[in-house]
Amino acid sequence: MEVEAARLIGAGLAAIGAGAAAAGVGYIWGSFLQGALRNPEAANGEQARLYIGFAVTELLGLIAAVIGFILLFG
Amino acid sequence: MAEAEGSGIDPMHQFQIEPLYGAWDPAGGSIAFTNSTLWMLLALAAVWIFMLGGMRRELVPGRWQMAVESVTGFIDDLLVRNVGPAGRKYVPYIFTIFIFILFANLLGLMPIGVLGLHPFTVTSHILVTGVMAVMSFLIVLVVGFWKHKLKFFTLFVPHGTPLPMVPLLFCIELVSFMVRPFSLALRLFIAMTAGHVLLKVFASFFIQGINAGPEYGLMVSLPSFALMLFVSALEILICGIQAYVFALLSALYINDAENLH
Repeated sequence: MEVEAARLIGAGLAAIGAGAAAAGVGYIWGSFLQGALRNPEAANGEQARLYIGFAVTELLGLIAAVIGFILLFG
Repeated sequence: MAEAEGSGIDPMHQFQIEPLYGAWDPAGGSIAFTNSTLWMLLALAAVWIFMLGGMRRELVPGRWQMAVESVTGFIDDLLVRNVGPAGRKYVPYIFTIFIFILFANLLGLMPIGVLGLHPFTVTSHILVTGVMAVMSFLIVLVVGFWKHKLKFFTLFVPHGTPLPMVPLLFCIELVSFMVRPFSLALRLFIAMTAGHVLLKVFASFFIQGINAGPEYGLMVSLPSFALMLFVSALEILICGIQAYVFALLSALYINDAENLH
């Protein structure tokens, strides 16, 4: 039963990674919004880069979710 | 895991692949018409109807044709902006990937569970997303080696790297190049899986809250139902974003193959 408990605790700990990625994604969108409000004309041209940054950062949170899933259901 | 839920509601059940028709077992394997096949065909049919309705080539486009043209124009613009004029020839591939992922994601989110049918998200399986990611990766490899021959390896050494740093950077860039198909596949698969699990967990809160009595119903079910509404809206957004990100990253990787850096 201790292994089972450790698995559940580990899955809970993996959620920290998702939270950290949330902070990262929030920082990216917040920074984009700051820049976009200062120079709205240039904002549309940078949208591709915004999504690249978002995708790369989000992936780390998703990997944390994968670890949670593997621990819970694997 | 079902016993840990303690209620018989298993949020992972929705991802189970079940054979619907025919089971042909050559050498121990199983080939059957599964629910995954069915929903892939439904996505294909939806895309087909969407495209047929818009490909009438009228001089003054109607609303439907405008919708189709804005999607194709969007992908065309994406490729021209990220790859350059040479990116035009990849529009069919990127468009296919984009619209299939978009329709498969959205079809999986359809609320037809109300009617007793079970929607199945094709893109919530790493097998499906993996095949698409490997296709993108193979296109990059084939185009890169076809066009630049062995000079393609200069992709792994950025311009102006000091000579002692070359071996180290080569290794780092090689690893980052090799994980591209995995990251591409994993992102879509997990984003879809996590979103659907979240929705099902809230749905089970809602049902269990109602079953536990009126106080719990008010305290638990109402907030979780409101949250579910917002999460559903978010999921529709995620469907679009993930399809866009897949197309965008494929375009960027193709840019590496076309133009090196």
